[in-house]
Amino acid sequence: MASSRMLDSDHLSAIAVWTAACLVGGFFLWLLSDIVWHGVAEISWEFLTTAPLNAGRDGGIGPILVSTALILLVCMVVALPIGLGTAILLAEFTTDESLFGRLIRRSLDVLAGVPSIIFGLFGNAFFSVTLGLGFSILSGGLTLACMVLPILIRSTEEGFRAVPTDYRLSAAALGLSRFTTLTHLLLPAAIPGLLVGFILSIGRAIAETAALIFTSGYVDRMPESLLDSGRALSIHIFDLSMNVPGGDAKAYASALVLISLLFAITTLSAWIADQWLHRRIIPV
Amino acid sequence: MIWSRSTFLSPSNRDRLLVWTLRGAAGIAGLILLFIVAFLILEALPALRTLGLIRFVTDPSWHPGEEFYLMLPMMWGTLFATLGAVVLATPLGLLSALFCRWYAPKPIARTYRRFIELLGGIPSVVYGFWGLVVLVPMISRLHPPGPSLLAGIVILTIMILPTIALLADASLAKVPQEYIRGAAALGLGRWAIIRGVVIPAAKSGLFTGVILGTGRAIGETMAVLMVCGNVVQTPQSLFDPIRTLTANIALEMAYALGDHRSALFVSGLVLVGMILTLVSSAEWISRGRIYG
Repeated sequence: MASSRMLDSDHLSAIAVWTAACLVGGFFLWLLSDIVWHGVAEISWEFLTTAPLNAGRDGGIGPILVSTALILLVCMVVALPIGLGTAILLAEFTTDESLFGRLIRRSLDVLAGVPSIIFGLFGNAFFSVTLGLGFSILSGGLTLACMVLPILIRSTEEGFRAVPTDYRLSAAALGLSRFTTLTHLLLPAAIPGLLVGFILSIGRAIAETAALIFTSGYVDRMPESLLDSGRALSIHIFDLSMNVPGGDAKAYASALVLISLLFAITTLSAWIADQWLHRRIIPV
Repeated sequence: MIWSRSTFLSPSNRDRLLVWTLRGAAGIAGLILLFIVAFLILEALPALRTLGLIRFVTDPSWHPGEEFYLMLPMMWGTLFATLGAVVLATPLGLLSALFCRWYAPKPIARTYRRFIELLGGIPSVVYGFWGLVVLVPMISRLHPPGPSLLAGIVILTIMILPTIALLADASLAKVPQEYIRGAAALGLGRWAIIRGVVIPAAKSGLFTGVILGTGRAIGETMAVLMVCGNVVQTPQSLFDPIRTLTANIALEMAYALGDHRSALFVSGLVLVGMILTLVSSAEWISRGRIYG
């Protein structure tokens, strides 16, 4: 009796597990194939380079790609030095018990959980209104920089922590200054971690919509300066599907472009992390 | 910490400058959160002062034009959508993780895990778009109007499933092999081992995953905005359109002025409050009681 019931629960659970896995996998394939199927017909060199016409129903996404790239550029130029500095401080220059380090870490953990729409509200109130940057690529990029900092710092810090302690001990024994140790020894060794963090941050930033609606705005012209409003790719998809009747075909194509970019980004970061695990030697 | 002050009898100025630069960078990074909260409070103050907190739950409706600011229906919207998604995504996520760890052959498990990671990286606006053009018409054939609480729950479920599944997978991997071998040596079946040994041992990690998933569902904006219909009402059934707090901010921020704008920042504060509660409870769970 007991053994047959055991067999039953084993079988039932196996069925449940396989069903759930098929369900999730099937859903994923459905979503992806739907977007590829509808999107691929629209994609051409012309689509990627020409300006949108007729509110986006015709034409391409040229200026939108440029705006997206500029927003990402602003985001990373601001986030990188701050993120790198914080990561070095947390990994190399604070103990786990120090109050300052703990406070920073706690604050970053919470920041990582803050919803993107809140970053949008903050960006609008601070960068657009208080600092007077208005709806611009600059405000959008700065808002995103605040948003990606936690993930950037986390993976860079991991990179530094993965450098063997021996390096630091040897450098100290040789009487090298901290600055020299950092720039000549630790930084080169930690570059893969930094790279992974950099790529993941770009992935997070390029996928973002809610934080950009009230900071970088909707204008789909080619931006002339960083103070111009520029429409990011994700906002373009949103606008086409919600506000433009008949915009679905181009929205599919834009979604395909966005997903392909993200796919490339995650594959690259996974590859770098892999390479790094295989040989953890400093390239001096 | 290898470096201590005594290692360097005369720390060079360059080192001191370096440390202070790094502290500056870290200070900026740490202050962002304070800045965000400060700005939310600053912008929310006018509404809190002129309207008071009570009006957000006692006003007859949400009609900012007529100065009615009832926030309850949107809170219910957020709550129902989140709850529904968590209830669906938790078992699916856990079963997915079990599939990867113990049921699938190695190559399938690796592909499946990669799938889930990719699923987690897909932007919310793409989920929203797909929901709008595929899911909503399907629901509309089933029971009009289509854009509904149900659509929101389904989309949110797919969106938070990767978070729950990947964290569950990671915590299942941390269960010591001896536990499993010991249980197998006692002659327990696969499911008995999983239910009786593995899941209790991985409990805290599973909880953390669910809580992080919940946080993601509460904060999700674009996808929900695109599939839920955005009618301000307390839903009576799964097929009623709803509006969540986040969608409300995204929809009205563009033209809101004065008290209205300020009221939106109040709802932002409410959201941050929810997230803070979740994060601290997640921390509390993961800190102690790892195998408790």
